[in-house]
Amino acid sequence: MARRVGMEVSIAAAETVALLDVDVVAAYPITPQTHIVEHLSELVADGQLDAEFVPVESEHSAMSVCVGAAAAGARTFTSTSSQGYALMVEICYIASSLRLPIVMALANRSMSAPISIWNDHADMMLARDTGWIQTVAENGQEVVDLIMHAYRVAEDHRVLLPVIVNLDGFILTHMIEPIQLPTKEEVQAYVPPYKPLLRLDPDNPVTIGPVGVPEVYTEAKKAQDEAIKNAKPVILEAWDEFEKIFGRKYKPIETYKAEDAEIILVTVGSISETAMRAVDRMRAHGKRVGLARIRLFRPFPVEEFVDAVRGAKLIGVVERALGFNGYTGPLCAELKSVLFDNGLNPYVWNFIAGLGGRDVTVEDFEEMAECLEVKANKNEPMGYEIVNARE
Amino acid sequence: MAKETGICSWKELALGTAILTPGNASELKTGDWRSMRPVVDYEKCVKCGRCYILCPDMVYSPRDDGYYELNYYYCKGCGICAHECPKGAIEMVEEER
Repeated sequence: MARRVGMEVSIAAAETVALLDVDVVAAYPITPQTHIVEHLSELVADGQLDAEFVPVESEHSAMSVCVGAAAAGARTFTSTSSQGYALMVEICYIASSLRLPIVMALANRSMSAPISIWNDHADMMLARDTGWIQTVAENGQEVVDLIMHAYRVAEDHRVLLPVIVNLDGFILTHMIEPIQLPTKEEVQAYVPPYKPLLRLDPDNPVTIGPVGVPEVYTEAKKAQDEAIKNAKPVILEAWDEFEKIFGRKYKPIETYKAEDAEIILVTVGSISETAMRAVDRMRAHGKRVGLARIRLFRPFPVEEFVDAVRGAKLIGVVERALGFNGYTGPLCAELKSVLFDNGLNPYVWNFIAGLGGRDVTVEDFEEMAECLEVKANKNEPMGYEIVNARE
Repeated sequence: MAKETGICSWKELALGTAILTPGNASELKTGDWRSMRPVVDYEKCVKCGRCYILCPDMVYSPRDDGYYELNYYYCKGCGICAHECPKGAIEMVEEER
């Protein structure tokens, strides 16, 4: 049986990676990811995890080590944040293009400048187009569960793609939460040993990562695009299997009181728990408000999102990153495109909130819902605003 | 749109565009865009082999008599061989097209 423990989420993440018996961990410490990597380093040093821990000199090297190790057939793990992710990103494109099932915990943090170690989703958006599967956790339990899910999906021969598990920096990484930590047997039942389909092997030489001349690059990208599209059913199937073993049910889009909602707020990550509290309070005052939370970000679960918001007249997209395109945030732009493609035409307002660790409170969500109604009633042109930016 | 400009279907590519047959770069024709071609004067050649060693492609190969013969299938016309030949035995001649 799983143990119910009170544990810092970073430690629980590292313990889960250890239970998955990874072969190689390569990471460079950066706030707020540090505790995850520190604890893995301890587990290896203490002989509790039989893995190669590579203390690299940069995140660029961390991902390079992971690429090499994964190409040789190892189960690999890394973790980073923000600026570290930015340094790593060159190799991240290669990991997905080479179809290497690396798993990364991305402890979400804002991008400098000004220098900020605090939480928002700028790094998640930086990862947006890299070809990695991305899931987003709301709480500590979900971090543990999504890491197990990540390996199961990544290493499935129908997928073979790297996976990022996003967890909010500090808000999750440094929080002590009650967590059902799985047993080794449960983990092994859920995630079978990794069997590479193709690997670097001196007895059977192959070239991984050759030049792609113009006459082949397009086809290479087409194959990669098909791979991530085809990953979606496997992602869903892996969540179904997860429920059978662990009893917890996960969906690509999580909804809360959204069935009959006229107003739907869309959130990503840990602020969703605050948003649910706000939904309860607004419901108590008779307002038909609901919540749709994005758990699977890449590939984007179009059908599930459309089903979740179909009935809403007003949608408030609350996101924690800017796109600097002059008209909307990066997530909202994408959601509007999904709505347009599916013939839905609700009133959408984009709230950019919680940048660089700024708190987003229950009252903030209530005000956002109110603001959304006012704007829609006045028929204001749709757009975005940066919430609580002091004049 | 489906103009066949690719060398094969995306479905035929190995995982991650890996190459499963080592050494197949020798099939790649690199000699179809040179503007200058090296021509060897065997009267001057002393069989030192620098052209063979320094050619970045696979143009030069040793013959039984110790001289080196050229395979223009690979020659990009870079001129390294002519530049490095200690006897000035290799001349770069303009391609006539």
